[in-house]
Amino acid sequence: MSDLSNLLPILWGGFCTTLAIFGLTLLFSIPLGLLIAVLKMSKWRVVRYPVSFYISVMRGTPLLLQIVAIYFGSYYLSEYAGVDFSFDRFPAVIVAFSINYAAYFAEIFRGGIQSVPKGQYEAAYMLGMTRTQTFFRIILPQVVKRVVPASANEVITLVKDTSLAQVIAVTELFALAKKQQAAYASIYPLFVAGVFYYVANLLLSVLFAYLERKLNYYK
Amino acid sequence: MPILKVEHVKKSFGNLNVLKDISFELNAGEVLSIIGPSGSGKSTLLRCITQLETIDGGLVQVDGKDMVLPGEKGAPVKYAPAKVLREIRLSTGLVFQNFNLFPHLTVLQNLCLAPVRVLGVSREQARETGRSLLKRMGLEGKEKAYPCELSGGQQQRVSIARALAMNPKILFFDEPTSALDPELTGEVLKIIKKLAEEKMTMVIVTHEMAFARDVADKVIFMDGGYIVEQGTPDFVFNQSGNERLSQFLSRFSKN
Repeated sequence: MSDLSNLLPILWGGFCTTLAIFGLTLLFSIPLGLLIAVLKMSKWRVVRYPVSFYISVMRGTPLLLQIVAIYFGSYYLSEYAGVDFSFDRFPAVIVAFSINYAAYFAEIFRGGIQSVPKGQYEAAYMLGMTRTQTFFRIILPQVVKRVVPASANEVITLVKDTSLAQVIAVTELFALAKKQQAAYASIYPLFVAGVFYYVANLLLSVLFAYLERKLNYYK
Repeated sequence: MPILKVEHVKKSFGNLNVLKDISFELNAGEVLSIIGPSGSGKSTLLRCITQLETIDGGLVQVDGKDMVLPGEKGAPVKYAPAKVLREIRLSTGLVFQNFNLFPHLTVLQNLCLAPVRVLGVSREQARETGRSLLKRMGLEGKEKAYPCELSGGQQQRVSIARALAMNPKILFFDEPTSALDPELTGEVLKIIKKLAEEKMTMVIVTHEMAFARDVADKVIFMDGGYIVEQGTPDFVFNQSGNERLSQFLSRFSKN
């Protein structure tokens, strides 16, 4: 048991980093995803095509590679350009996660927006509402309800994906657990880390189930 | 002066000419019923006048305002500036076949949203108007209900109230009872009749022949993108003698 009392504070520190990656990624990727979803539905090809390309790259290559590319890529490009715009490790992780998850959220949001019946736009139009009013007061509230189940999936995956940050030596939960594994010469720390992830996701599942119930006040 | 003037309106979807040459007029306080077989262009005509579709030719004038600018013959239709179109839109209300209520808002919120956000009416004023409209629709006590909690007939009455809350000069109905069970149809028709008695200007596309005859001051029979016959209900239903019209009407009297 003394093992556990030594281990827990260490892993807790890593878990806080994990939570920080998780929270900041959601904070940036959800609004960005909404913006990308709207851009992808643009009537102009010059907007739509680059956005489609961006989404296909984000979804078509490993997040691991994207983290490395943002971190080292920004470093080498800065050297080359003579202007320093390189990212530190932690910001690099947040940028990579945010633009990656924004692509996934964008596709979920686009599906949600397009599933709102045309009649809703027509009714708002006939009432003289502007396009902005229609989107924020009529469409978006209905989209929220439609995208909650699919978004829950992404959010839960994100909790586990944070472990990829160790590729550029950000000491999140999994990286620390691995270090302890070596120190203890046992997989026990990894198992404890697994419990952390599991409990976090259990809480999120409960939260999303509650949210779905809350949004069930209309059909 | 007529409150609604439609002259030589044409509309096609690709190669399909839905409206070929439509002209009619309507005075304020009058009720117009539009009847005709499916695919005759009734709903498209309504959607063109309410700006949900654009026309390919002709002229539409609502309350003295021109929707399209006069152009050379054969030239593509040029619509009036956005500001004018918006004014026209605000003077017209539309009741949809499938209601299109906002499902995430309560009945009263459905009624108040546009008056507050679009017309700038105060929240209290909008609520008061909303409540009195619901009373007129026989929907007292349903203020806090969500559309999904109401029957189809009740939903349609809410959507009529929502349109009336904007105080339109002309109210259009696109087959308002087609999505309803026969037993719910009556309650909606009763409301429309009441509005007719109150001298609301209305254009109603409907398959309810008896209703079209009873409520209207004027009836238009459309077929194949043309107005085949128009006139008083008595003329259209009893005296016209037009072959296509009597064929169409005989199908209803058989049932």
